[in-house]
Amino acid sequence: MPTRSRNRYSALSLLKHGLSHHENWQRAWRNPTPKQSYDVVIVGGGGHGLATAYYLAKVHGITNVAVVEKGYLGGGNTGRNTTIIRSNYLWDEAAHLYELSMKLWEGLTQELNFNVMFSQRGVMNLGHTLQDMRDIERRVNANRLNGIDGEVLSTAEIQTKIPLLNCSPDSRYPILGASWQPRGGTARHDAVAWGYARGADALGVDLIQQTEVTGIRRQNGVAVGVETNRGFIGAARIGCVTAGNSGVLAGMAGLRLPLESHPLQALVSEPLKPCLDTVVMSNAVHGYVSQSDKGDLVIGAGIDRYNGYGQRGSLHVVEHTLQAICELFPAFSRVRMNRQWGGIVDTCPDACPIISATSVPGLYFNCGWGTGGFKATPGSGFVFADTLAKGKLHSLAAPFTVDRFHSGALIDEHGAAGVAH
Amino acid sequence: MSDSQRRLPAGGRLDRKQKVSFTFDGRPMWGLAGDTLASALLANGVETVARSFKYGRRRGIVGHGSEEPNAIVQLGSGAATVPNLKATQVELYEGLEARSVSGWPNLDVDVIALLGVFARFLPPGFYYKTFMAPARLWMTYEHFIRKAAGLGRAPQNPDPDRYDKINRHCDVLVIGGGPAGLAAAREATRQGSRVILVDEQSEMGGSLLSLGGSEADAAQLQWRDQTLAELEASVDVLLLPRSTAFGYYDHNFVGILERLEDHRGLTSPGRPRQRLHRVRARQIIMATGAQERPLVFANNDLPGVMLASSVRTYINRYAVIPGQRLALCTTNDNAYQLALDWQEAGCDIAVIADTRPEAEGVLPRLARERGIDVRTGTAIIEASGRKCVSGALLAPIHAGGKSLTGPATPVECDLIATSGGWSPVVHLSSHTGIRPIWDDEAIGFVPGPHADGPVAVGSAQGIYCPLACVEQARTEGAAAALRAGQGAGESSSPSPDIIAALEEPAQALFLVPHTKTTSRAPSQFVDFQLDVTAAAIELAAREGYESVEHVKRYTALGFGTDQGKLGNINGVAILADTLNQSIADTGTTMFRPAYTPVTFGAMAGGEVGDLFDPERYTAMHRWHSEQGAAWENVGQWKRPWYFPVAGESMEEAVQRECLAVRNSVGILDASTLGKIDIQGPDAAEFLTRVYTNSYLKLAPGKCRYGLMLHEDGMIFDDGVTACLGESHYLMHTTTGGAAGVLGWLELWRQTEWPELQVYFTSVTDHWATATLSGPNARKVLARVCHDVDLSDEAFAFMDWNSATVAGVPARIFRISFTGELSFEVNVPANFGRHVWERLMEAGKEFNITPYGTEAMHVLRAEKGFIIVGQDTDGSMTPDDMGMDWIVGKNKSFSFLGKRSLERSDTRRTNRKQLVGLRTVEPNEVLPEGAQIVNTPDQAVPMAMQGHVTSSYFSPSLGRSIALAVVKGGRNRLGEKVFCPLADGRNVAAVICQTVFYDPDGERQHV
Repeated sequence: MPTRSRNRYSALSLLKHGLSHHENWQRAWRNPTPKQSYDVVIVGGGGHGLATAYYLAKVHGITNVAVVEKGYLGGGNTGRNTTIIRSNYLWDEAAHLYELSMKLWEGLTQELNFNVMFSQRGVMNLGHTLQDMRDIERRVNANRLNGIDGEVLSTAEIQTKIPLLNCSPDSRYPILGASWQPRGGTARHDAVAWGYARGADALGVDLIQQTEVTGIRRQNGVAVGVETNRGFIGAARIGCVTAGNSGVLAGMAGLRLPLESHPLQALVSEPLKPCLDTVVMSNAVHGYVSQSDKGDLVIGAGIDRYNGYGQRGSLHVVEHTLQAICELFPAFSRVRMNRQWGGIVDTCPDACPIISATSVPGLYFNCGWGTGGFKATPGSGFVFADTLAKGKLHSLAAPFTVDRFHSGALIDEHGAAGVAH
Repeated sequence: MSDSQRRLPAGGRLDRKQKVSFTFDGRPMWGLAGDTLASALLANGVETVARSFKYGRRRGIVGHGSEEPNAIVQLGSGAATVPNLKATQVELYEGLEARSVSGWPNLDVDVIALLGVFARFLPPGFYYKTFMAPARLWMTYEHFIRKAAGLGRAPQNPDPDRYDKINRHCDVLVIGGGPAGLAAAREATRQGSRVILVDEQSEMGGSLLSLGGSEADAAQLQWRDQTLAELEASVDVLLLPRSTAFGYYDHNFVGILERLEDHRGLTSPGRPRQRLHRVRARQIIMATGAQERPLVFANNDLPGVMLASSVRTYINRYAVIPGQRLALCTTNDNAYQLALDWQEAGCDIAVIADTRPEAEGVLPRLARERGIDVRTGTAIIEASGRKCVSGALLAPIHAGGKSLTGPATPVECDLIATSGGWSPVVHLSSHTGIRPIWDDEAIGFVPGPHADGPVAVGSAQGIYCPLACVEQARTEGAAAALRAGQGAGESSSPSPDIIAALEEPAQALFLVPHTKTTSRAPSQFVDFQLDVTAAAIELAAREGYESVEHVKRYTALGFGTDQGKLGNINGVAILADTLNQSIADTGTTMFRPAYTPVTFGAMAGGEVGDLFDPERYTAMHRWHSEQGAAWENVGQWKRPWYFPVAGESMEEAVQRECLAVRNSVGILDASTLGKIDIQGPDAAEFLTRVYTNSYLKLAPGKCRYGLMLHEDGMIFDDGVTACLGESHYLMHTTTGGAAGVLGWLELWRQTEWPELQVYFTSVTDHWATATLSGPNARKVLARVCHDVDLSDEAFAFMDWNSATVAGVPARIFRISFTGELSFEVNVPANFGRHVWERLMEAGKEFNITPYGTEAMHVLRAEKGFIIVGQDTDGSMTPDDMGMDWIVGKNKSFSFLGKRSLERSDTRRTNRKQLVGLRTVEPNEVLPEGAQIVNTPDQAVPMAMQGHVTSSYFSPSLGRSIALAVVKGGRNRLGEKVFCPLADGRNVAAVICQTVFYDPDGERQHV
């Protein structure tokens, strides 16, 4: 197992390695051959899966763990999202889970010794109708009483924070106010995957890339491991964290999940000098935008409405997104789109995740994060690791079992919060 | 250096009579009509056009088209300024103002360049490894990182221009107007196909426009002119120059951006600036050409290092010679053409360094014959010079291309051109996820096979010989036409009258070895725009970032506005070499739209500003407007919010309107409520399935209120449905929910119950609705309606009748949302204003008062009537709303949501339930959205009991009222609860019944 101190990152290490022409940097993670079996196999090497592996090793001392990834680490939705982080969810259950995540974000760079560039530049959710404003008041009040930062901003306060935003009362859907979470912001998505990967690897976790799970082997109804294109890998417990492919994985174990897989698109402009300091989201006009450290405007909106597994989307969805952006920021009309792409999101009927044991003992799922999973990465990994370690749901995860679709105890962030992710 | 020294005395596709003046970084210059900004800058002797992103290194123009990584400019100023244009793609116009986007304080003296001294301590991904301590300083570090990053500046004001869109269909879409594209388009046209030919340049011809004056070149240009003339003459052909096919989407759908006016000036008053073509094509031919690959060697980013084909283009197309003494490094025969043209232009050639052991093709021999110093087995391993190229280091290179075999020798030159062969432009063909495949012969990735998609022709398919390229394109043109249903698949059009010069095989060389190892050699740049070096790629691999996608993301290779057109393949090759694997196994990153950047405004098109979303007006809209109504957006509709009379505040207006309804009569424009006409023998059955209550026994002339649930048992719409006749109903929906409800009905009818015969038609805007409400409503209506008995006995509550109102045929519904005696008068929309005005006249005596949505909300809240979407939120069952009475428990067929109402969580007794709240202080109006707790002094997180959904000051009761949902609320009547507000106050309120006014409902039955 590589020791972390030898490979510790700092300005000093850059200086030292610079003098030796960077010829002696250690690998960020090994490229191990899979063992015959592990205590825990995580299927899916995205942010959530890697975070799960990291916390299994770090918090629970369970290091005989493999993360099995069919492509490359962080290549799914972790590397495709618009990197927005906030915890201003309406319902208690969701708020507590996302706030755990927020607290973990706040120390993550130091925890991982990897700069994930978590930038607390604030998240603004705009209200354009009277009902939007009622919902914003309700959510901000709920956040406040749950210990989550938030306030309601007036149009004038919004304009001060975002000079280029169209706050004219004459616009089609004038901005009447906004919720504001100062602790919200963005992070460098790839760095999150890499930071967790490096951290997990250093603690002994095997990260097995380019290895596709093709089946879930069961003996007497109990999950005992995964079949892969590189052979069988045994596991005492299996945690599936495969986002848009969760339905496929569940199918391998004869299960059905209440999920639909949809393309979700995002796009970036060409890099610009700083012109937008915060994250701006609008549900009614329907678009969201922030500016990355590189200078790109990072933009997203809603899902493509059809189901699919192709990691791309339709042009008309992007056209509509940019109508919204030009409506909110008329000055961006002459800015140009550099690149658009898509990922596959696993959406639940109530827009909340499923963190659950299944009817197959030993098999667990963490999925259904839909369009808003990135912000939950640390918290999701933390509670799922706890769940896999103890074989019992973490208290914050307990409301999110698949059973809620039988009992009706939905956590309907869709209907109630109505907030775009 | 002045223009005259670099501008050749003759040649070029320029109008020499037309001088065009422009400025670069404030310096006045001039070029010629036909120039691009890049060619004009070169003609003016401008060498440094940018400072690099990370190290502040000087950069010059490298290419001549969309591949250009360095010459990024900001065009113009003010609201119309455009950031990040590539100078190579900007056509020169009179008065053009361009500024470089890097270099501070200016290009010549750049502060970032000081950092360049520390470049060796800033390897790829250095920012992941530092700026971590102290944690609180990150935002400060980041502030400076952000300031240093970014290219141009966004405008600060709204775009003065407009954009439009067009949908097109064709049999064959040909992308790229070079030799292959022209040949394919002509052939498809001859077969009878409707063809669209699109090309990003100002004129069709592609690489043909870069040809020189040789006999063979002239023959090809003649072929181009004839082909173009034939296409122009055909009515079935649409030629789209200055248009870039930027994205290929599923099912042969292509997005094309046409730059209509950019070549004429910064703005285009009165005309659309750009147009988005959305083309659905039966067949697509990708004639996207190939991009020359630069060789990667030390200091290859110095101004004065260019692509061989670009230098040739500047000489032949723009009559600009960007140097005096050329050193050419090539892996192939093709680049020799540049040397010949260069010599033809009367300038010196220091050397041709051919990396291959031998060069005995036609062109190399010709070069030797003309006295050019051709050195085989030799490479340029390093460029030298301070501000621009002043020399090159040559060294003998091993046949395998991985090492040097002797010492380096310097050579003097002021321009280095390189050619590492060609990379087929596979971007578009890869947009739907089809991975390109490595072709050893073409030394490039060619498009992967599409089952039913586009076909690549010419150099896009790795066919570089001009004659073979045209012949293959012609064949594919005929084949595409045949697949589209035209012709017989036989091609008939002519090829250029040339003899194909046989080229000897090129060498697969990407990174030129140096005397030092890659990590120690002077920087060898792969991606100029993002300062990614060969050493960076090696380092990424060393650190375990082995996937080509990891390398891209870790080093930023290919993330620039050029999308890595020059660097990607070199990067892949260097990675493959580092990992000791083949290029084929290494693969490429995913190519994504857009091929070149697309203006946001063009993507948005006309649907911005007033047209962002249609505003819907009722037939009485103008009347309301004339009364000075304040408006509320409800869905797409504009509804009068309240009608202030002179000097009134909103509060005063709403109170006046409320009291008018309670005390006399008010009139509301209710036209916006969704109306769906439902007919068919199974209509009643259908309604009974989608509403919680039954419609089987609803008789003609009767109305019934219904709640609609989603499958989860939660309320999502409500409204009154009237039985108009046998198997004929009119359903009312909420204003904002109308479209969603219609979609919901169709979903169930079409996918789940296709056996039911029932049909839906949206008739919302067929009707105008004026609601008379208040004790005097009947008296007012009676004055304009004489053919129906309006008495309570004859026209009971929840009845409807056909009648004539103010001479207009009408449907009158006796239903009420205020709790007062109410008649909703529906007339065909065109008569709406007429009837409204007659009603106003008729009501004059009773001081009839128009009221808006706010008064309506207060009045209904006084009665405890819910508004779906305000008092419900997608998590509320009928029972939660205290409306269990509307749920038909004994219906023969289950209704949507019924099963969910039986679930354990929906049967819980402590669910949030709708209740009334009276504040202890009667004048205190609770904010809507306030959260409710049992005790205000508990610690955070507090145990929230529910929230306030509706809250008003009730003028009729002289105090505040509120509706709220509270856990187990119906069993907690009389309990005191608290609302902790943001301002620190805790407002106390007492839970009460939801009906505040006229609890027995007597007023609507008079």
